[in-house]
Amino acid sequence: MQIVAKGLTYTYNPKSPFASQALKGVDLTIEEGEFFGIIGHTGSGKSTFVQHLNALIRLSGGQLRVGEYDLSSKKCNFVELRSKVGMVFQYPEYQLFAATVEKDVEFGLKNFRKELTEAEQTAAVREAIETVGLDYDALKDQSPFELSGGQKRRVAIAGVIVTKPEILILDEPAAGLDPLGKRELMELLHSIHGGWCKTIVIVSHDMDEIAENCTNAAVFSDGKVVLQGKPSEIFRQADKLFSLGLDIPMTARCALLLRAQGIEIDTDFTCDDFAEKVSALWRKGGNHAQ
Amino acid sequence: MLNDVTFGQYYPAKSFVHRLDPRAKILFMIAYFVAVFLAKNFFGLAAVTLFLLFAVFMSRVPFGRVLRSVKMILFLIIFTGILNLLFYSGELTYEPLVQWWIVTISYESIVQTVFLSFRLFLIVMGTSILTLTTTPVALTDGIESLLKPLMYIKVPVHEVALIMSIALRFIPTLIDETNRIVAAQKARGADFETGGLFKRAKAMIPVLFPLIVSALRRADDLGDAMEARCYRGSKGRTKYKKLVLTWRDLLGLLFFAALIAGIVLLNIYFGGKFDILHYFMGG
Amino acid sequence: MEAVRFEHVKYSYREDESEYAVNDVSLSVEEGEFVAILGRNGSGKSTLAKLINALLTPTSGKVSVFGLDTSDEKQTFAIRKSAGMVFQNPDNQAVASIVEDDVAFGPENIGVPREEIGKRIDFALNAVGMQDFRNAMPSRLSGGQKQRIAIAGVIAILPKIMILDESTAMLDPQGRREVMAVVKKLNREQGMTVILITHFMEEALQAERAIVMHRGEVVMDGTPEHIFSHSDALETYNLTLPRAAYICKKLQAAGMPIGEAFTAEELAEEICKSLQKG
Repeated sequence: MQIVAKGLTYTYNPKSPFASQALKGVDLTIEEGEFFGIIGHTGSGKSTFVQHLNALIRLSGGQLRVGEYDLSSKKCNFVELRSKVGMVFQYPEYQLFAATVEKDVEFGLKNFRKELTEAEQTAAVREAIETVGLDYDALKDQSPFELSGGQKRRVAIAGVIVTKPEILILDEPAAGLDPLGKRELMELLHSIHGGWCKTIVIVSHDMDEIAENCTNAAVFSDGKVVLQGKPSEIFRQADKLFSLGLDIPMTARCALLLRAQGIEIDTDFTCDDFAEKVSALWRKGGNHAQ
Repeated sequence: MLNDVTFGQYYPAKSFVHRLDPRAKILFMIAYFVAVFLAKNFFGLAAVTLFLLFAVFMSRVPFGRVLRSVKMILFLIIFTGILNLLFYSGELTYEPLVQWWIVTISYESIVQTVFLSFRLFLIVMGTSILTLTTTPVALTDGIESLLKPLMYIKVPVHEVALIMSIALRFIPTLIDETNRIVAAQKARGADFETGGLFKRAKAMIPVLFPLIVSALRRADDLGDAMEARCYRGSKGRTKYKKLVLTWRDLLGLLFFAALIAGIVLLNIYFGGKFDILHYFMGG
Repeated sequence: MEAVRFEHVKYSYREDESEYAVNDVSLSVEEGEFVAILGRNGSGKSTLAKLINALLTPTSGKVSVFGLDTSDEKQTFAIRKSAGMVFQNPDNQAVASIVEDDVAFGPENIGVPREEIGKRIDFALNAVGMQDFRNAMPSRLSGGQKQRIAIAGVIAILPKIMILDESTAMLDPQGRREVMAVVKKLNREQGMTVILITHFMEEALQAERAIVMHRGEVVMDGTPEHIFSHSDALETYNLTLPRAAYICKKLQAAGMPIGEAFTAEELAEEICKSLQKG
């Protein structure tokens, strides 16, 4: 499913002294199959934007189409849309509620896929829990509140992917995890991307994370999309990002410093590619004989 | 959607009423209630209404904004109004208009209903002027200060005030959290909008449960943070903020004294609320 | 002077002591030091932090802060006055709805006179660069700003030690930078002892000393550079290298003669040197 937003606007608390316009005309297209990154400060409108994608925030200005669903139309089937556009909020482990892991993961399925038999449901729950790298048999009857922080987050993600959404949106999925936990989570996302989950959209503050993982990205600032393209293109515009108070990946900072020394490195800013390009440059300099 | 900024409905402005000491405002509100209940006839209520309009004007809060708070309890006003209209049980001087089964509508019940609804309306309007012009924090400070004498009869005023101010402080946080959880469960297909009362109550479980868990976690964290900042109860504690009365509060006091005196005079001149019936009915 | 001392400290959250969150830790932190404590979630870092200011007291062994034993309840108040602590969640630390009231909370608790509290609020808010937010509502601030207010709330007590228990974990990069800048300034300009618990390797690089915890034990202790140069050991403890060090290692593996680098600046410099040599 392709996501097309045109001139999207949204105002919180309209007609009150506290009115604040969160979106001021967002034009953005996210193609099917992308691992898309959304970058921006707190308050840049990125969270408001992604909540539009499965109608958690109702469209109030502009146009938005997600696959065949036209969100500006009154006839749009929002429930069906939500079953196809999964949304993992920040710190999703705080939304766990059921007495057992199995019941919590099952929740979305019971809401969206009422036609499934008991056996089909159990199979889907098992698949979801195993997909996030947890042991179904060991955990299914445990209380989700007794798990470790990392496990809780995985259970919460299982609760969203149990319906196999075609588009999966994650708001800061790795926030608060330690570096290894972050890496494992990203690996998990890559493992489901391309299968039933065709498109992944992550909202992230971490530029290194965007550079390492995303095929395309958009930078939000003050309710608008100010930059979009491949991470390698976006992070080449360091000055623009700095002026928005945003960071660039470590590799891009390093490339910038090298450029000042007259050394150009044409990299996509992932660590591996960066290392490869630098060592290629070194070999080309005839140093391999050393 | 719930919203933290509308909580406590504070309306920021720099008016005379905003700048009154919160303690004075609380006492004035009590005085206002006294005036509303003291008024025995419609002239008294009219005087209170004029006073109210004056207060709204002085507060620089748009009149519509004050009215909005009435809208929220309009149902209550109408409900008590209808009960009064149909089941008035006071003495009747005039023939009832309608009498059917246990229901009686009389001239007296009409007067009573109008009078009562009007009183309720005035009270709600008055209260909302207080909450519109005073931040919740200032209100707690005011209440704490006013309750201080209770300390001598071993009421833990400090602890109660601290609990109130922490509760206030956490309301926006918990509202944010509720919104987030509601959105997250909606994204998982939760339906909060359709179905009967029972179904809707059941639909709230996936919201309430995480909310309680999170509130407990936050309480735990806050407890640690307070202890780490050397909290050990009111023992040896000083207080940074002190409320100070100004000329405005004194002026306010004069206004309210005048209001109550006026009401008393109107009561003496025009008698009870039913006396108005004599003008229309004769006799 | 020795600020913190751990002597064979064990701590167990369980009655039967079947598992220790902190297991036989002995260490000493000098006044004015800036120490980072690293380790995976659940490695015992936070327990260690809470043992310092007597939020927890050791199951066995002894923790002392400026010579005061944390197990002695009579000393708790004095210990907390000298060892302040900022926690992880920026939303769960403020007690008041207005910034200045919140900063005043600590000084009020220790009985500072009214006029003096006002001065301390000025001082503390200035120290964290939040002087313009004196009358703001914490709920309206960003995560980084909230944490700076939490730090101000601690500074107002005038402690000698500042413990930050993963205080940057929930912040965005900008918030993290703000908090780290404040912490560094406190350490450099006021000589405050800083104990920073973090899992961001880049933050640990800003400390003078890093301690790695693994399953309740201190397994490495030295300069951050020393620790990050032992990449194999770090892997055993489930920690990752800073990105620059990772690239450096890859380049070395490719045969490029390159020195150690931990930050973008160092990496650029090393690459430059290495390329120009040839």
